[in-house]
Amino acid sequence: MTAQTQDDAPLVVAGRSFNSRLIIGTGKYETYEQNARALEASGAEMITVAVRRVNLSDPSQPRLVDFIDPKQYTFLPNTAGCFTGEDAVRTLRLAREAGGWDLVKLEVLSDPKHLYPDMAETLRACEMLVKEGFEVMVYCSDDPVYAKRLEEAGACAIMPLGAPIGSGLGIQNPVNIRLIIEEAKVPVIVDAGVGTASDAAVGMELGCDGILMNTAIAEAKDPVRMAKAMKHAVIGGREAYLAGRMPKKRYADPSSPLAGLI
Amino acid sequence: MTEIDVELNGETRQIPSSLTLKGLLEHLELDPRKVAVERNLEIAPRDGYDSIRIEAGDRLEIVHFVGGG
Repeated sequence: MTAQTQDDAPLVVAGRSFNSRLIIGTGKYETYEQNARALEASGAEMITVAVRRVNLSDPSQPRLVDFIDPKQYTFLPNTAGCFTGEDAVRTLRLAREAGGWDLVKLEVLSDPKHLYPDMAETLRACEMLVKEGFEVMVYCSDDPVYAKRLEEAGACAIMPLGAPIGSGLGIQNPVNIRLIIEEAKVPVIVDAGVGTASDAAVGMELGCDGILMNTAIAEAKDPVRMAKAMKHAVIGGREAYLAGRMPKKRYADPSSPLAGLI
Repeated sequence: MTEIDVELNGETRQIPSSLTLKGLLEHLELDPRKVAVERNLEIAPRDGYDSIRIEAGDRLEIVHFVGGG
C-alpha cells in the first residue's frame, strides 16, 4: 500500500498562507448579505474590494465591512477604474490607510468595451507600487513576456485573464496560461473569464495556483450554490493537476481484463 | 457660528469653521474606523485625525471599501 495521499500545500502569496485557492470578488451581488453567504459557501479566504467615495448624503447606507469582517478575511483592495499608474497609487494609498495592510490587486484598464489591461501602464504602476512598499498582485493579459516583466518588477502574484472581465467565456488561451505558469516563480492566478465550475477546474488543471472570480458567482441564478460549486471545482482541478492525468489515446482501451473470459 | 467652504468628495460644501478632521467626520456622521481620508492630495494619517484642522478651500476625499472584482 502506498502512503496516504498528502494534503495539498497552502497557497502562499507574499508570505501569507491560504488554504483555499479560490479568491472571490464582492461586486454585482444583490446585497452584501447575499455576498457574505456566497463567501462562506465558497470557502474563500481572500476577497477583492474596491475603494470609492463615501455617500455623504446618506451615511446610514449599508457598508461592506459590516457584513464581511476584515479581521476574518483578507481584503484585497483593487484599482478598478484607474487608467494611469498615478491613479492606481493614489487609490491604493487610501486603501492602505483604510485597511492598514499592503497586499493589493493592481488593474490598469484600457478600453471599457473589452476591459483589457493596458500592459505598459500596468507595468509602470507595478514598479511605482513596489517602490512604495506594496505587495502587488497584478491583473494582466495572458502574454508570457509581460508576465515575466511583472515578476521582475516585483509583483507577488501574476493574474492573467482567462477571458474578458465579466464575460464568463472560460479560458480562451490555455496555451499561454500554461506558458506563464511554467515560467513564473510567483503564484499564477487566473483572474477573470470563468463562467462556470468546469472553467475553474480547467484553470486549476493547467497548473494555476488559484482562481479569482466575481461575476460567475454573483450573476449565477443561485449565487450561494454557485459559490459552493466553485469551491469544489477549484479543489477538483487542483487535485487532478497534482495527481497527473492519464495520457490521451487515439483508440479505446478496455478497462476490464481480456484474459479469463468464459 | 461661522462656516467655511471646502470641497468634499468633489462637491463644495459649507461646514462649521475650526473643525478637526475627527470633528468633521463626526459632523458627517461617519465612523472614522471605516473610512480613509485624503486631504489636498495627501493621505491624512489615522492617528492625526485629532490634530488635523480643516481649513477653507481644503479638498477632501473620504473613501471606504465597497464591493468590487
